[in-house]
Amino acid sequence: MSDFLNYLSSNVTPGQAGAYLWVTIYILIIFAVASVAVMAMTWLERKILAHMQVRLGPMRVGPHGLLQPIADAVKLLIKEDIIPEGADKLVFWMAPVVVVITAFTTYIVIPFGPTHAVTDMNIGILFMLGVASLGTLGIIMAGWASNSHYPLLGSLRSSAQMVSYEVAMGMAVVSAVLMTSLTGAGAYGIGATAANSLGTLSMIGIVEAQMNQHVWFIFKFFPLGFAAFGIFAIAMVAETNRAPFDLPEAESELTAGFHTEYSGFRWSLFFMAEYAAMIAVASIAVTLWLGGWLRPFPHWLSGDPWGTAFSFFPALTFFVLAGMSFRATIRMPEHPYFKIQKTGLGIFGLVLGAIGLVLLVPPVRDRIQDIYWFTIKVAAFMYLYIWYRGTFPRYRFDQLMKLGWKFMIPAGIGVLILTALVGVL
Amino acid sequence: MEITTLHYLVVAAALFIIGTIGVLTRRNVVIILMSIELILNAVNLNLVAFSRLYGLHGQVFSIFVITDAAAEAAVGLGILIAFFRNKETINADEIDLLKF
Amino acid sequence: MNPVATPFFFYALAAVAVLSAIAVIMRRNPVHSAIALIFTLLSLAGLYLMLYAPFVAGVQIILYVGGIVVLFLFVIMLINIDRMEREYQFNKQWLVGLLAAAVLGTLFVAVYVKGQAIFPQHAVRFPEQLNTQQVGKMLYVDYLLPFEIASLLLLVAIVGAVVMAKKRI
Repeated sequence: MSDFLNYLSSNVTPGQAGAYLWVTIYILIIFAVASVAVMAMTWLERKILAHMQVRLGPMRVGPHGLLQPIADAVKLLIKEDIIPEGADKLVFWMAPVVVVITAFTTYIVIPFGPTHAVTDMNIGILFMLGVASLGTLGIIMAGWASNSHYPLLGSLRSSAQMVSYEVAMGMAVVSAVLMTSLTGAGAYGIGATAANSLGTLSMIGIVEAQMNQHVWFIFKFFPLGFAAFGIFAIAMVAETNRAPFDLPEAESELTAGFHTEYSGFRWSLFFMAEYAAMIAVASIAVTLWLGGWLRPFPHWLSGDPWGTAFSFFPALTFFVLAGMSFRATIRMPEHPYFKIQKTGLGIFGLVLGAIGLVLLVPPVRDRIQDIYWFTIKVAAFMYLYIWYRGTFPRYRFDQLMKLGWKFMIPAGIGVLILTALVGVL
Repeated sequence: MEITTLHYLVVAAALFIIGTIGVLTRRNVVIILMSIELILNAVNLNLVAFSRLYGLHGQVFSIFVITDAAAEAAVGLGILIAFFRNKETINADEIDLLKF
Repeated sequence: MNPVATPFFFYALAAVAVLSAIAVIMRRNPVHSAIALIFTLLSLAGLYLMLYAPFVAGVQIILYVGGIVVLFLFVIMLINIDRMEREYQFNKQWLVGLLAAAVLGTLFVAVYVKGQAIFPQHAVRFPEQLNTQQVGKMLYVDYLLPFEIASLLLLVAIVGAVVMAKKRI
């Protein structure tokens, strides 16, 4: 018990402090929040896509379809669970489990704040890439075990795609890791000590390097950081099998790709894992290039008035959301049919407003900031994913491979070499 | 009970022997290649276990071994596909022609 | 931070590694073998972590499990395995093979029983937080030439694999 309370005064992650109870609590919180985020994402994706195509999207279940994810979840849970004839039962059963486990294991090292991670590893980013690449295995197993043609083709496509884009992704990541050791302005920086000329693979270390160097890595060595980020941003869409690179599940050619034969709960596991992986990969991008938990301009706009001003952002966000839902409540037509929906949306707005008020309390306000800035950056990426899906046409498979091997990988190697050169010269 | 280096060496030896049995007795070339991976992994475990006693050289060497395993798997599976295309089988004891 | 329950984790990981290794060579279906191989490789990565070699563990996961086994599964799917499952799995020299392996095992036992005395008994503790940096420094300073040769080997392997797998060059 004393361990439990002692951790509160320490300034490392619970994994490093050896506070196992806190590790468990962190894991449970992250799992719960990630699951809720996945549910919210399904609603947002359908809504945003619908609005991009000038439709309304889900409107029936709850006000503006807010309860649609819950309805979907209930539908999936009570659906019949079919195992096809001739399927390899063990592998069929194992595949979704593997995919979910790998998608959620990556969350262990994501730094939501300087101490808000389950643990900080010496090999953080390597661990994340490695575990993320295990997801491919789950997809191959699913496709093979279904004993059917579409899933097999889908999983072959998916594995080829993920293996080839992983290389480009690795190159981009390595150039970001290189930046942690290169302070610029001459070999290892003039006045650089042995301690800060050492690179690091730890996720928290990478963000701290950005803080110490006063620059987000996307802006470092100007076009180079941006180019590496661009390569990663393209490769990460391919890694998570999202549009425009969603060939493994291309509806027009392969029905639903590797999860054609899955139904009910197992299918929902694949679905959840896909979104969880999207969030995980987006957090890699945020950590490596967009400064992780750092707020905008932590050095230029430092000092008290600015610090306080920036700390109001979390509450402000929730107030804006509450305002939006109140506006929608008022604009609902006057009709007895909408009575329940109107009250529901009003209560939803009130809850959002109450959360905003809680975030105004000074101790909460100061502690929530890191998590807020991290989350808002990841959320921007999530919107980007949906935006891609709404605008880009799907690639053909040979075009995808050509892009991967003939453009992305050479570009990644080039950026890596140039980063090293610029950093050392 | 303390876990000593010898414990790791025993595990590595077990893996090595299992890999050897696989290479010597199986007909399927894919599984023979997997057994070779097992052998290489046993070697790696040995190297890393000794690196705890004698310094980091073992770990560096095990990275070279992993590189080697990647190259070996790529070439071996390439040969396998070429062979399957010609003879419709991948059994090791049916690979009996030196020249097609 | 000191490790906890080391014997438990060691025996669990070792058991998983050895049992899945046996499954690799005993299963009829190559896909099952590949999945068993994944378990072996992952538990070996765990053992590397217990030996304070986090970088090797990471490379093991990303290269072996994420790369080589995926390659294996990919090739297994390209070839027809239905027919192979019905055939004999072991060749005619299996008895000789077992015998040779048994002799090898005896050799190992003999070496360990005799040579145990010359192992240094105290383990050197390296700073775990600097493992990656130290390995990197060693690769680029002490082992630079082998490193370059390894890159050449990989190039040859890429060219070789492409030449082998292509129908017409």
